[in-house]
Amino acid sequence: MSAPSSAADFQSALLRKARWHPLEFVAWAVAFALPLVMPSHSLLVNEIAIVALFAMSLDLILGYTGIVSLGHAAFFGFGAYAAALFAKLVMPDPWVGMGVAIALAALLGAITSVLILRGTDLTRLMVTLGVASILYELANKLDWLTGGADGLQGVVMGPLLTPFGRFDFDIAGRVAYAYTLFVLIVCLLIGRRLVHSPFGYSLQALRDNRLRAASIGLSVNARLVAVYTIAAAIAGAAGALLAQTSGFSSLDVFDFHRSAEVLLVLVIGGTGYLYGGIFGAIVFKLLHDLVSAWTPQYWNFWLGVFLVVLVLVGRDKLTKPWTWWKRS
Amino acid sequence: MTTVLETRGLLKRFGGITPTNDVSIQVEKGARRALIGPNGAGKTTLINLLTGVLEPTAGSIWLDGADITQLAPHQRVRRGVVRTFQINQLFGELTPLQSLALSVSAHLGISAQWWRRLGADARVAPRCDTLLKQFHLDDVADQKVALLAYGKRRLLEIATALACEPRVLLLDEPVAGVPEGERQEIFDIINALPADVSVLLIEHDMDLVFNFAKSVTVLVNGAVFAEGDVQTISNDPRVKAVYLGESAEGHAHG
Repeated sequence: MSAPSSAADFQSALLRKARWHPLEFVAWAVAFALPLVMPSHSLLVNEIAIVALFAMSLDLILGYTGIVSLGHAAFFGFGAYAAALFAKLVMPDPWVGMGVAIALAALLGAITSVLILRGTDLTRLMVTLGVASILYELANKLDWLTGGADGLQGVVMGPLLTPFGRFDFDIAGRVAYAYTLFVLIVCLLIGRRLVHSPFGYSLQALRDNRLRAASIGLSVNARLVAVYTIAAAIAGAAGALLAQTSGFSSLDVFDFHRSAEVLLVLVIGGTGYLYGGIFGAIVFKLLHDLVSAWTPQYWNFWLGVFLVVLVLVGRDKLTKPWTWWKRS
Repeated sequence: MTTVLETRGLLKRFGGITPTNDVSIQVEKGARRALIGPNGAGKTTLINLLTGVLEPTAGSIWLDGADITQLAPHQRVRRGVVRTFQINQLFGELTPLQSLALSVSAHLGISAQWWRRLGADARVAPRCDTLLKQFHLDDVADQKVALLAYGKRRLLEIATALACEPRVLLLDEPVAGVPEGERQEIFDIINALPADVSVLLIEHDMDLVFNFAKSVTVLVNGAVFAEGDVQTISNDPRVKAVYLGESAEGHAHG
């Protein structure tokens, strides 16, 4: 292959990265067909898609922008409670509830983004952890509104209005799954647009070198606020999906383990290419499902073993078994 | 000659040290000015003050007659004050092509667009094409910057600054670490900049300085020690004493 040599070649080299890979279409077709193939697993697949969306939102700030967070559940939980409360107190329509949850999570993201502008990775870990803890305690104390430690009960979702007709959320979770997958793919489309745009590249630029990013005229702080707000909105959408498809919201949506888990999921799947969250969620949830069916008490032990192996061997090598016995 | 960039009584203190001491300089339009001085004279600190990386303790900085002392670094870049760094500051995970495309987009004011792809604007690719070829980066345009050889990264460092279409270009030892034979080439590119672009150059190699610059400012201990055209400065016995006397050491650094 010869090096590109004209402006047109360079332009197509720039645009090439944003093009869809044929395998992506196949993967999405399979994803939409899954409930038809194995209807009994709709709930599990729904859960995977929610975690995938949550992890994708973290990828925007961690993978692309280099902001570490141990409190991303703050936005997930906020979206979950917002959607659940909206359905309970205002109206049960899932679309409107989703919009409200996204808007509120984005607002929370915009406000708390001020806290991550300054400081180091370590202070950012502390601050993000702190925000999630504050929200956890608020949800716990405001029990007249949130149900406190018992969780928010009695959330009844209305039917899903679509161009194809009205669908009630069913026990098997098939409607829930289609709804979640739809939201996931819309967010992925927006995310793809975003990361291949000048805005998206400027996020990578300020991850790699803030000093230089400012020296080519990029406003570092404005970018950080924007991406943190967008990531919060998507995390809020994931939380809203959980609340809406389960008809329930409990304190555990704000819990530290949820922030840590989404970080694990993203690390398993790999950062900086959007699909990492999706692959990570599939591996993590399936592993969880399989191992805890086999040995319920020791699931964490095997997860630990898996992570150690992943880190020691490396993701590249682990996903390419044919290279295991080759000398590098 | 119209003055483009000016400092008035610029002062910077770090505790007991004063790396910039009451510096008042005027850089005229189209200047080819060298900033020289022994190690620790405060040359890089002055560049950091001019670009807003550091905040001055006292004094002010003026661009086209407007006070820019309070402007953030990125705002100064948008007004045309662009620099290169003594130690490469690059985007390691991007390719040279992407780095330049982003810089060009930033200059065009479209770096916040999120709905169009990078490079979709028809003005971006031709500019990248020119820069990549000028700096011999076209054959590595699609490789990750972090994996490039040092020489290539050094070229990208300067190309990135030029992608911002500077009106005032501040070069902090641009050819540091570049093999002897390729230095002149970089200077040829800088020399070919439009005549109305002002260039302020920090450089230790006196041959390059005297070849390139039309005027010279000598800094010693943070203060302006001497200023004038190349002839005057190179013949100034005081300058010879404080600086050119150490030029053997200077060469070793350059």
